[in-house]
Amino acid sequence: MGFPDRIGRTVEIAHPPDKVWAALTTAEGLGAWFGNEAAIDLRPGGSAWMKWNDEGFTAEMRVERVEESAVFGFTWGIYGLPADVPRRTYVEFTLEPVGAGTRLTVVESGFAQLPEDVYGKAYDGNTEGWAKELGELADYLDAA
Amino acid sequence: MPPDIEAIAEQVFVALADPTRRAILAALASRGPATATDLAVDLPITRQAIAKHLALLAEAGLVTAEPGERRRVRYRLRSAPMQVAQQFLAVLARDWDSSLDALKDHLDRVVGGPASTQLHGIDP
Repeated sequence: MGFPDRIGRTVEIAHPPDKVWAALTTAEGLGAWFGNEAAIDLRPGGSAWMKWNDEGFTAEMRVERVEESAVFGFTWGIYGLPADVPRRTYVEFTLEPVGAGTRLTVVESGFAQLPEDVYGKAYDGNTEGWAKELGELADYLDAA
Repeated sequence: MPPDIEAIAEQVFVALADPTRRAILAALASRGPATATDLAVDLPITRQAIAKHLALLAEAGLVTAEPGERRRVRYRLRSAPMQVAQQFLAVLARDWDSSLDALKDHLDRVVGGPASTQLHGIDP
């Protein structure tokens, strides 16, 4: 398995989908279990944010999919990259009723997107050459 | 042939695994574009060794060579491959398990449930 593009988890929750939905899609919910503070305009294209006080970090999100008590999707920036980097990951929560509870699946995808300016540069599959030259360099430095 | 994202990330991690190359990349990141001679002033490494490393880093696409003063080659850090490596780290750093545990705890607290019932006995 190479560079992972997605993360997926499924958990069983002992509460019905409408309660889980409220926790995922309201400012009160998101600000309680995910961030320390949140705001959300719950419609496709709507904006949202979550703030973590200890880290002094705010995540900007864009709502993408809203199917009440069933699917909630948003995009956000890739953690650790500058805010002006256009590549974002897509997070989608899927809720299914199971008995009195909910099976919740979260999938975050898009980690393996390439920056545009990587194209056309010196990346034409010379990894082996690189490894070989590094070996030669190590020999050269050891001998020095 | 399209660039292989895995190969790009690997080149960054291979480069960073070596203390000398790590020091060179860190110096370029903190001070900006520099020649091998500039870097030799700051780093406890010979100019010749630095020049060799820089040539290899340029070949791997992690730095670019550009004309500097007095016909010396100046090297500049490229952010694109570093961002690819950062994306790989983001996968490892994203802790959905803890977040989902927090979601469950939140629901038990707000909606009530087995966990909150137990807690009530201890801390009403």
